[in-house]
Amino acid sequence: MAMRNIALMIVSGSLLLAQAPVKVGFVYVSPIGDAGYTYQHDLGRKAMEAALKGKVTTQVVENVEEGADAERVIRSLATDGCKMIFTTSFGYMNPTAKVAATFPNVDFFHATGYKSSKNMATYNGRFYEGRYLNGIIAGKMTKTHIAGFVGAFPIPEVMMAIDAFTQGMRSVDPKAEVHVVWVNSWFDPGKEREATNSLISQGADMITQHTDSTVVVSTVEEQHKAGKGVYCFSYNSDMSKYAPTSQLSGDITDWSGYYTRTVQNVLAGKGIGPNVWDGLKEGMIKIAPFNAAVPKPVRTYVDKVMAEMKAGKVNAFQGPVVAQDGTVKVPAGKVMSDNDLGSLNYYVQGVVGNVPKG
Amino acid sequence: MGLDLLTYILFATVMAGTPLIIAGLGELVTEKAGVLNLGCEGMMSMGAVAAFAVAYGTHNYFLAILAGLVAGLVMSLLFAVAALTLMANQVACGLALSIFGVGLAAFIGKPLESMSLTAGTPVAIPLLCRIPVLGPALFQQQSLVYFSWVLLAAVAWFLYRSKPGLVLRAVGEAPVSAHAIGYRVVRIRYLAVLFGGAMAGVAGAFMVVFYTPLWVEGMIAGRGWISIALVVFSTWRPLRVLLGAYLFGGCMVAQMFVQASGIHLNVPAQFLSALPYLATVLVLVLISHNRSNIRLNSPASLGQPFLPDV
Repeated sequence: MAMRNIALMIVSGSLLLAQAPVKVGFVYVSPIGDAGYTYQHDLGRKAMEAALKGKVTTQVVENVEEGADAERVIRSLATDGCKMIFTTSFGYMNPTAKVAATFPNVDFFHATGYKSSKNMATYNGRFYEGRYLNGIIAGKMTKTHIAGFVGAFPIPEVMMAIDAFTQGMRSVDPKAEVHVVWVNSWFDPGKEREATNSLISQGADMITQHTDSTVVVSTVEEQHKAGKGVYCFSYNSDMSKYAPTSQLSGDITDWSGYYTRTVQNVLAGKGIGPNVWDGLKEGMIKIAPFNAAVPKPVRTYVDKVMAEMKAGKVNAFQGPVVAQDGTVKVPAGKVMSDNDLGSLNYYVQGVVGNVPKG
Repeated sequence: MGLDLLTYILFATVMAGTPLIIAGLGELVTEKAGVLNLGCEGMMSMGAVAAFAVAYGTHNYFLAILAGLVAGLVMSLLFAVAALTLMANQVACGLALSIFGVGLAAFIGKPLESMSLTAGTPVAIPLLCRIPVLGPALFQQQSLVYFSWVLLAAVAWFLYRSKPGLVLRAVGEAPVSAHAIGYRVVRIRYLAVLFGGAMAGVAGAFMVVFYTPLWVEGMIAGRGWISIALVVFSTWRPLRVLLGAYLFGGCMVAQMFVQASGIHLNVPAQFLSALPYLATVLVLVLISHNRSNIRLNSPASLGQPFLPDV
């Protein structure tokens, strides 16, 4: 009798344990309201939560500064009972690695970085593929043959974006030039606005950004409404709400597939899986819907190139890739390796100016 | 193209410097009365979120500025009660206000994030805006820019040409003597602090309604601290606050224009980012190095609580 009761207790206890939803933590570098990078991560998180209804609960900490604060937040999520933690910014790499070493039973996933371990995997998006397609649209529609790029920090991810955009633009407009302004912050609305205005004053009529706020596109919209023929491409999310007449397209990241798949795999006991770097083919990268101003022939061409990229026939960094100083980095017929992409630190021909040190 | 560029840079400089001038002049009046209010960042943030909320809800930008003013005023009232009536340490109160203000604004502003606002329309001054280079740069600005110039004149006149201003400066220099003569030191300081808060609120309103029309937490991005530093580095002289503000804004804007032009620069990106701060500090320190002048202009009782012994 006692044995049966004990057995019942054990069975029901383990059933309860099995049914208790797993806590998944998310650390964001900027507010969800940035309508950009973090916003997309949050959309992905919500999609994952909806797909795995009841099996997971999520805990979110937003606007966490990279550095010591980040380590504290990640650690507190781990001690709080999170079984999986997604840290979504490059600058969280070292704090994540540090905390992962002290919590071997928790799985860590770090976005856009390069350090991994037994319980830490990386995930990244081939944002540059969307950039290449945006560049094509820019090249087809520019009147001044000058594009402007508002960059955050000269790290490989941003260099890939600038170079891919330039490659795309020059593939249809060999005279095109890309000017770059660095604002040294992922999110600084005042500086982003000044940077946009300075690029427009230099003659750029196609503007895009690798920063997180909506100010770049809204500034372009302001200038567009004032009569200047300037257009923009959003980054991370579709910002057409802020630039209805001037946003031609954008480079969108959809993290939902990755988040759902990854959490499902961990719940099923399949482990953290390999480091992920997904792009157009896997559905992680998309481009924003075409603005009404984009003519039909351009749309058809872009759709064609996108299909070819998904099939692997066209690559944003297919040879010849020539650096600004003339050296051929990737000969014709070859494609840049993932390793080289991950350490990209030079401008390709067509980008004007030089890369700031550090 | 060259002149056009210069106009553009001047225009952007004036826009960038305006919130610093407005908040800085408010802080200057507060400090001249002997009160050190470090809560500028918090007051600006609250002014900003209040102004954005009203602008989004009513589309009336004048009401939005008024809302910003009131929000800044209310925040500074908290500081005034703590520092002037309860006589808590002014530095600690100011820092607490800064942190509190930024956090409260972030909390209040959560539902407003990712709302868009159409930027205010600039007001062109009829004849002056046709002057070749300076016209479009200086006289086709937002109305608050003109307000900042009027404010400068008003503050300078008030402090140095009017009796109430003289009294305020006396309170800042020697509160005990002023009290002995019969002036209500604490009440004058209250008014000075409230004025400073109101101006900080207006500066915050300018930033989110006219400069970059959006609200996200952290929008003020340190401009409040820069305003406080400006007041000190300009040795409490109104015109130098304006000079420092435009210098700061100008450096920030100019380095972006230089980058955008594609000129080859061999400087680290971080140096370019630090340049506005370095340049402003350097220039202000150089022009204000006369020690007797500094002593003349700095309020002697800055930061010290006043306890009337009657």
